Amino acid sequence: MGTATPRRRNCFGNVNVVLTIDRTILDAIVAHARRDHPDEACGVVAGALGSDVPSRHIPMDNAARSMTFYEFDSMEYLRVWREMDDRDEEAVVIYHSHTATEAYPSRTDADIAGWPDAHYLLVSTREPDSEEIRSFRIVDGVVTEEEVNIVDATVDA
Amino acid sequence: MAIEVRVPTILRNYTGGSKIVEGAGETLIGLIDDLDAKHNGLKGRLITPEGGLHRFVNIYVNDEDVRFLGALDAKLKDGDSITILPAVAGGALGFAAAAALLGR
Repeated sequence: MGTATPRRRNCFGNVNVVLTIDRTILDAIVAHARRDHPDEACGVVAGALGSDVPSRHIPMDNAARSMTFYEFDSMEYLRVWREMDDRDEEAVVIYHSHTATEAYPSRTDADIAGWPDAHYLLVSTREPDSEEIRSFRIVDGVVTEEEVNIVDATVDA
Repeated sequence: MAIEVRVPTILRNYTGGSKIVEGAGETLIGLIDDLDAKHNGLKGRLITPEGGLHRFVNIYVNDEDVRFLGALDAKLKDGDSITILPAVAGGALGFAAAAALLGR
């Protein structure tokens, strides 16, 4: 925290400026959120360490199985993080859905957020036929919204 | 004679930036006290003022969540590997309501 060195801008290195994400991955996240609706859905998108490029979508279980709360299952969390470590990846995006409220981090989200380098992506599924998708940085409980730049690229979702 | 501890990014300001530190202890709380002596303030991020394991921190001994191993009383031995991960949780509810829902 606070020690991040400036990274490339105006290309795919986009820390604190914008989340650039492939449309295929975003579609998969929305599909996951729709599938689990009205419960909250959650997961990560892994990417190469330091790349800031989300490239591998990993839907995760909401251990709370709740319409108003989500939590990674502790064993799945460990397994997924170890796998990312082995592949020299990190969680570029951590996402969850709100199923009856806007796609903005709640006080709870901000208080608990523990990965200052991640993009926190929120999807609201409260409207049946459209989704609100927004992305944030959450550092020391402080929420900063960022732009979501959707691209059509060629990664495997 | 050491136990390896993997430290998440958010706690590395206590470890001089180190991702892996070493400590010693026969139980998890013993290890945490040992770590806190070397990395002042770390304990406060893992343990509540009441002395329990923080609700939104996950600690693992090798492949097991310490909540299934006796939490702070979990027995440790040399060569064990400890992983600390901040819980990934939240949701539309307010914090107090969430805590009540989860019975903590």
